Amino acid sequence: MNRKLLTAFSAAALVSSPAMAQELKIGFLAPMTGIFAQIGKDMENGFQMYLDEQKGNFAGAKVTFIVEDEEGKPPVGVRKAEKLARQDQVHMLVGGLLASTGYAIAPVSSRLKTVYVLSIAAADDLTQRDLGKYPYIVRTSWTSSQPHHPLGRWACDNGYKTVVSIGADYAFGHEVVGGFQKAFEDCGGKVIQKIWPPLGTKDFGPYIPTIKRDADAIFSLMVGPMALQFPKQLQESGIKKPIIGGGTSYDEFVLPAMGDEVLGHVSALQYSAAIDTPKNREFVRKYREKYGKVPSYYSESNYTTAQMIHEVMKRTKGKWPGPAKFISMITQLKLDAVRGPVRFDDMRNPIQNIYIKKVERKRMHGYDKEELWNTVTKTYPDVSQFFTYSKAEFLKQPVYSREFPPCKYCN
Amino acid sequence: MKIWVLLGILAVVAALAPFSGPFVILLLAQVLVLGIVAMSVDLLLGYTGLPSLGQAAYLGVGAYLAAILATKFGFGLGWDFWIVVPLGILMGAATAAFFGLFAIRASGVYFLMITLALGMCVWGLAYRWNSLTGGDNGLNMPGRPKFGIELANDLAFFYVVLGFFVASFFALQLLVDSPFGKSLVGIRERELRMRILGYNTWLHKYIAYIIAGAFGGLAGVLWAHLNGIVSPSDLILTTSVDVLLMVVLGGPGTLVGGLIGATIVVFLREYLATMVQWWQYVLGAVYVLTILYLPGGIMALFKGGRR
Amino acid sequence: MDANFWLIQTFNGVSYGALLFLLASGLTLIFGVMRIVNLSHGAYFLLGGYVALTVIGATGSWLLALPVAALTIAVIGLVMERVFLRPLGFDPLRQVLLTVGFAFLFQQAALDIWGGDNLIIQPPPSLSFSVVVGGLHLPMYRIFMIALAAAIGLALWFAMERTRMGAMVRATVDDAEMARGVGIDTSRVSMFIFALGAFLAALGGVIGGAFLGVYPGLDFEVLPIAFAVVIIGGMGSLAGAAVGSMLVGLADNFGKALFPELAYFSLYAPMVLILALKPTGLMGRE
Repeated sequence: MNRKLLTAFSAAALVSSPAMAQELKIGFLAPMTGIFAQIGKDMENGFQMYLDEQKGNFAGAKVTFIVEDEEGKPPVGVRKAEKLARQDQVHMLVGGLLASTGYAIAPVSSRLKTVYVLSIAAADDLTQRDLGKYPYIVRTSWTSSQPHHPLGRWACDNGYKTVVSIGADYAFGHEVVGGFQKAFEDCGGKVIQKIWPPLGTKDFGPYIPTIKRDADAIFSLMVGPMALQFPKQLQESGIKKPIIGGGTSYDEFVLPAMGDEVLGHVSALQYSAAIDTPKNREFVRKYREKYGKVPSYYSESNYTTAQMIHEVMKRTKGKWPGPAKFISMITQLKLDAVRGPVRFDDMRNPIQNIYIKKVERKRMHGYDKEELWNTVTKTYPDVSQFFTYSKAEFLKQPVYSREFPPCKYCN
Repeated sequence: MKIWVLLGILAVVAALAPFSGPFVILLLAQVLVLGIVAMSVDLLLGYTGLPSLGQAAYLGVGAYLAAILATKFGFGLGWDFWIVVPLGILMGAATAAFFGLFAIRASGVYFLMITLALGMCVWGLAYRWNSLTGGDNGLNMPGRPKFGIELANDLAFFYVVLGFFVASFFALQLLVDSPFGKSLVGIRERELRMRILGYNTWLHKYIAYIIAGAFGGLAGVLWAHLNGIVSPSDLILTTSVDVLLMVVLGGPGTLVGGLIGATIVVFLREYLATMVQWWQYVLGAVYVLTILYLPGGIMALFKGGRR
Repeated sequence: MDANFWLIQTFNGVSYGALLFLLASGLTLIFGVMRIVNLSHGAYFLLGGYVALTVIGATGSWLLALPVAALTIAVIGLVMERVFLRPLGFDPLRQVLLTVGFAFLFQQAALDIWGGDNLIIQPPPSLSFSVVVGGLHLPMYRIFMIALAAAIGLALWFAMERTRMGAMVRATVDDAEMARGVGIDTSRVSMFIFALGAFLAALGGVIGGAFLGVYPGLDFEVLPIAFAVVIIGGMGSLAGAAVGSMLVGLADNFGKALFPELAYFSLYAPMVLILALKPTGLMGRE
């Protein structure tokens, strides 16, 4: 008799329990202290803004958003990811700033069978040669080389024949320069010198005088404080060559602190705050009003990531579909995002517009002040991480590094 | 007496561990690993009077050794883990033996500066020697060792680390109680007099420095497996500073103080940080207040201070 | 690698050395007088830059920012010395550790007050052009840095050699106990020197703000470099700081230009070598 009651009660409990728990726990990893603290804030704000717009509710699932500080250090990222996954029982991990952090957290996601959405970390191989090791990751941002392939093509089309590259000496820098070099040399250009100042260099005094004088243009990949110093010091040295930059060299994160020395500098990325569409205009104005600054790609990327997660939840009517299904659903999305149309390739990386942009001083989006904006001068639509190369051919070559592509034309 | 108190506390922690969440278990393991480093710093600072700001280098050397052996040679993930451990110890000792030749000729704040510089050299090496160390990406460990027990199970790993800590503690305690240890204290108090008495003080300090490096290397091997990744950020100046401050907080010259300090610092950095934004103020204030008002550290509250 | 290359690299190295001199001179004086290593020196450098930004933001004057920022940080240094370092008496190790605790506090406070963006201090237009000399473009700002460091170096030397206060400082550096014995108030000397050190560091931060930027983390980045200079030049020696900063500035510059793979090594390896040969630095004593 007792046993029957017990079974009846448990059956009733099962049926009535909100196991279709309309709750979505998202663990967010970004640097909140240390030298990248502000970038982390931008990342968080982007995501939070979308959450606030949806009033914390994704198609019926109440969103719990837990932010952890990964300090810009991979071991800390791993510890916090473990904490979020095991202690807080989050459904998914989002974020991670540096490529090294992405590489460190990806194995955790495999080990703990937890979804990891890379909303910033750009390390190429995570969605290329290493993809097989990480079944639960999806990337919603970019690969380091993705925007720089079309930029290389653009450089050829605009008549540049010889280029000197100067880029931060770490994996991200190597991949950006590598992407540019491959595309540029494949359409007839020549990279005649590659200079690698260490990450964090602020005094380019030692490097600038070594730049070969006969180059048509300089390709520079700078990050953070380097991005502020290099253009100034280059201008001071009297070198007047056109500058083509990597995505982070003139991103809106550093642009407000720059001056007239960067006017006319060109770069490429999947986002610019100056994209002239109503959707972006609304995004920029709302973000600026809420957080006091023009959104950078760090903010847009996380905003769009939140949007993508929401789209999946809409299709599951607010119910968490489990890690494998979630990955398959999110990679089938076609979204009209703030940055333009986005969809995914079969390696779980976005296919999106790449914008070639140029720094100009003007009024945009209805503001009356003249400010520096990255005006879009050309759009390459539908660019994947492999650009016009066949996936198989591309994966056969090694990942871009300091030595690859080799500098065939260096003296 | 204090040994029994320490063992008692550790036993309680060990008993409670199975009931704590995985995050807490890993945090405790972190406390123990850093506790080993802190005790080695205490050997130098509290017993020999040598303030070192570069011990993170030995942690790093041990950690990178374990990581390189595991990733490039697939070595150290089974029973050969027990070969990697003594290798880590040797590596730490050898590095300290080399660095000690530069450092031990100095004392006081000069020693502080030189050890800081040496620590920076090792960091620079880890950062730039891409082909060996993976540069700023670091090296991902392919998983924890398995030898009868699976260390991938956090609880099992915790107990193993606890075992290493207890062993290290006893080893160091024996050392400081021995005549060698007592002569170190003599050197801390009045080096000149020790030399007049015929002691080779340089050699004593040198050996102490090597021993500290050895324990740092041991901790490094454990550290690599704790985090699953080794990167140059493990070797930065703040790590050495943290460890030195752990000793100061807990109480120099007590060995146990290192563990107490490690608990406080790790708790603040890793646990409080998940709850509030202003944890760094608390950390800084704790340091400042301890240094100002509690020169013998927390252990002084229990012992009436050492001097 | 023509003559121009060597000339411009030398010029760059010397200008970097000038900035290092501002940073290191304070550190070495504090060590000479108080026998402590001020580990919050980097924080003073950074705070100088931040305060200058606030002044420029409020008044638009870069020229005003220089003394205001330097004096503000000097006051902070003064308070720190009086209220926190003094009570520790003569216990160098604890004083050093105290400066570390403060470095953490300053770092967090700076983040809370000024945020975490990477900022630059824009130099005034009067210094923002390049002088062209025989085909070489020499940025006026770097020339200014060299001139300022030289002026300050001379002023410090003059103060040390020719004024009473300077004599008191030198006496304290030589032998603090004897100095007290002849009636010098060494605690006042300590206070003055600590404030002066903070002043110089902050000044360096304002000057460097156009060159290195102002951002969280800069404090712990410049600290080891300042140490390198002080160690190489000899702790407690102003002349050593001058020599050391030139050596480090040139070595760092040429090292990066000629051997870029060894970027950090070209800084720390010579330091270790010099220490191996002469532990108190090139011009230090004890």
